[in-house]
Amino acid sequence: MTSYLITGASLLGAKTADIGISEGVFVDPKDVAGKRGTTTLDASGLVAFPGFVDLHTHLRQPGGEQAETILSGSQAAALGGFTAVHAMANTTPVADTAAATDAVWRWGIEAGYVDVRPVGAVTKNLGGSELAALSAMAAGHAQVRVFSDDGKCVHDSGLMREALRQASRHGAVIAQHAQDPQLTLGADMNDGALASSLGLTGWPTVAEESIIARDVLLAESVGARLHVCHLSSAGSVEVVAWAKKRGIAVTAEVTPHHLLLTEELVRGFDPVFKVNPPLRREEDVMALREGVASGVIDIVATDHAPHTPESKECAFPEAAFGMLGLETAFSVVLRALVEPGHLDMAGLARVLSVRPAQIGSLEGYEKPFAVGQPAHLALADVTAAAGTPHGSLSTNNPFESWDLPGQILHTFFAGTQTVLAGELVERESLGTNKGRRS
Amino acid sequence: MKHLLGTQDLSKDDALRLLDTAYEFSAVAHRHVPKLPTLRGATMVNLFFEDSTRTRLSFEAAAKRLSADVMTFQAAGSSVSKGESLKDTAQTVEAMGADIIVMRHFSSGAAARLAHSGWIQAGVINAGDGTHEHPTQALLDAATLRDAVQDDPRGKDLAGLHVVIVGDIAHSRVARSNMWLLNTLGAKVTLVGPAELLPEGVADWPAEVMSDFDAALDSQPDAVMMLRMQNERQEGAPRVSLTHYVRDYSLSSARAARLSTHALVMHPGPMNRGVEIASSVADSAQSVILDQVRNGVSMRMAVLYELWGARS
Repeated sequence: MTSYLITGASLLGAKTADIGISEGVFVDPKDVAGKRGTTTLDASGLVAFPGFVDLHTHLRQPGGEQAETILSGSQAAALGGFTAVHAMANTTPVADTAAATDAVWRWGIEAGYVDVRPVGAVTKNLGGSELAALSAMAAGHAQVRVFSDDGKCVHDSGLMREALRQASRHGAVIAQHAQDPQLTLGADMNDGALASSLGLTGWPTVAEESIIARDVLLAESVGARLHVCHLSSAGSVEVVAWAKKRGIAVTAEVTPHHLLLTEELVRGFDPVFKVNPPLRREEDVMALREGVASGVIDIVATDHAPHTPESKECAFPEAAFGMLGLETAFSVVLRALVEPGHLDMAGLARVLSVRPAQIGSLEGYEKPFAVGQPAHLALADVTAAAGTPHGSLSTNNPFESWDLPGQILHTFFAGTQTVLAGELVERESLGTNKGRRS
Repeated sequence: MKHLLGTQDLSKDDALRLLDTAYEFSAVAHRHVPKLPTLRGATMVNLFFEDSTRTRLSFEAAAKRLSADVMTFQAAGSSVSKGESLKDTAQTVEAMGADIIVMRHFSSGAAARLAHSGWIQAGVINAGDGTHEHPTQALLDAATLRDAVQDDPRGKDLAGLHVVIVGDIAHSRVARSNMWLLNTLGAKVTLVGPAELLPEGVADWPAEVMSDFDAALDSQPDAVMMLRMQNERQEGAPRVSLTHYVRDYSLSSARAARLSTHALVMHPGPMNRGVEIASSVADSAQSVILDQVRNGVSMRMAVLYELWGARS
C-alpha cells in the first residue's frame, strides 16, 4: 500500500512537523522521504488531528437504508474527519444479538471508510424488560464494548443494575439515554414558557437529571462504569460533576448541537430542530460548554441521526427526532469550544478522538501521531469556511444557516486516504487495507 | 397579510384593520341578499384534520357571503387515514385550485409549517392548531367585546377592559390567542384555572394568573370567558376531577350573580352546559355567546378579504 510523507502540518496547532505513514501506521518521516511509492502531501497551513472517534452514531442499516446506510454514513464520517464510529443499536431489526452486531461490523469493513464499531442493545428489541445477550455480543467477532438502548432509556432500575454488572464483566460500558419516560410523555421540546406559548409538550430537564442521578449511584453500587449520552442541561452537568467528585466511574458526552443551538429555534416550528433530548436554553448551552472545558463532560459525540425528508415534512409534533452531525461536528466544536477559549486544538483532539476511543475500548488512539500507532489522521484548514455536508443520504442538517469555520481536507483511516482535498476517495480507489481493527 | 397564523405576532394595526373590516361586513348579514361579490373567483378550502363543525361552517358562511367557492376536506376517512402526508394533502388541494387554505390541525405549529415550508403558494388561515393558537376565535371575541362597549367601535382598541379567562389554560389555544390579542389591544387579562391546568412558565405570560375564581370575580371584570374542558388534549390521566372542577371553576348562577350588570359572559363553544357554565347563565341576558358566533362569520369574512387582497 501507498506510503505518505505529509509535510508542514501543525500538529494539534502546535509545532510544525512532517508525518510519515507506511503500512497503515505512523512511521518516522525519514523512513518514507524520497522512497519509491511514497506520495508526498503538502500540508503547510493545515492542522493535523488524530482521526476522530464518534461514540454515538445512527447509521440506520439494517432497516432504514433510505435515510442512511453503513456505507453512506461511513462516507459522511470520513468527510467529517472521523476514522471510527459507534453504530447505535436502534435499527430494524434491533442489534441485540451477536449475529446482528457482527453483521454491522462486517458491513463496516466492506464499506472501508471508517472503523464501524457496533453498539449492542442493552435490552431485547429495546423493550426495556429483558436483557439482551450482552456476553455473546461482547465475545463475537465485533467484540462489542459499548451497549446502549439509545433512543430509549433503560428505565427499570433492576435491569439497569444487572446490565451494568454484566457489561463490567466484559470490560464494556453501558451508554445510557437518560430520559424518564413518565416525565416526557408526548414531549416535543424543552419544557418551559416557550413550549407553553407554542402549545408544544415540554420535556423537563429533571427527566434527564433524575435518571443520571440514579444511574451514577447504581454504577457505584456495583462498581461498574457508566457512560451518559447527550447531556443537555446545566443540572446534568452538576450531577455528573458530583458523581465524579465522589469517585464514581462515570463519563459523559455532549452533542455538537447542544453546544450551539437553543430552544429559540423551535419558534418557527421547523422540525429540523426537533431532537431528543431537545434543544435547551442559552444557560444550558453555556453550562455544557463549561462542562467540557472543566472536564466534567469527557467527549463530544454527534448523535448523527439521519432521517428521510418525509419524516420531517410534517407538523412539528409528528416529526421524527434527530439531526445530522458527522460532517459538522468538527466545525461546531471549533465555533462553540475553541473560539471562545474553552479548548485548544489538543483539547479538541481529546474530546473528539482520544477520550471517546478510551470510553469505547478502541485501541490505537492513545498517542496521536506516535510511530507504530495506526495512522488515523485528519488534516484540517481551521480558518477556511466549512463546506456543505454532502456525504449523508439525508439532509436534516440544523446548521445550514450558520457560517461555521473549519474544513476537513484530508482523512486517513489506518493509513488509507479516505478524503482527499475535501472530497471522498472513491471506494474502488481506497487502499488495500480494508480497515481491520488494529 | 399573506397568512393568519396566530395573534402573538399580529400587530395592533393589523388587528384593528381586521376588526374594522369585520364591522363593515357585519352589516351584510342584514341585507335582503347577504352576499358581496368581493371574492368571486377565489377558492377557499377548509382543510380539517380535526372535527369542528362550527368553525368549518363559520368559514364556509364567510366565504359564501363573499362569493368565493368553497371546498371541504375532512381528514377522517380520507387519504390522510391512508397515511398521506401534510405536504401531499396540501399540495393536492392547491392543485385543485385552492387560493386560501383554512386549516384545523391537531398539531401545534401545523399552520405555520404549511405557510413557511414552501410546499404551497396559497394563503393559510390557522383555524386552530393543537394547543397553540386559534386566531380567528380571538379576533371574533375582540369584535364582540368592542361592539358591547362602544357605540361606534371603528378604530378603537380595548384599553381599560378587564377580561377573565377561566378553564384549562394549559391545553387551550383559545386562551393563548385571546391573551396575546387582548394584550395587544390594551385590555387586562386574568387567566384562571386549577394549578394542574396552568402551563409551565405561565408567570412569564402577559397576564395575571390566579387559581381562585371567586377572588378573580371580586375584581369586577368586564367580561368572563369560560373555556371548554378538554380532556382529549391531556397526556395520561385527567389531572383534575370533574366534580372539583365544577365546584371551583364553573360559572354557576351564584357566581354569575356576583358579576357587575354590564359584565359579559362569553364562551367559544361548544359548551358543556352544567360543567364550565350553568345553563341559566349561558342563556342569560349577559351572555353574548350567540353574538360571538355571529361575529365569527363577519370576522372570517374580514380575514378572507385581507388574504385575498394580499394575493391579487
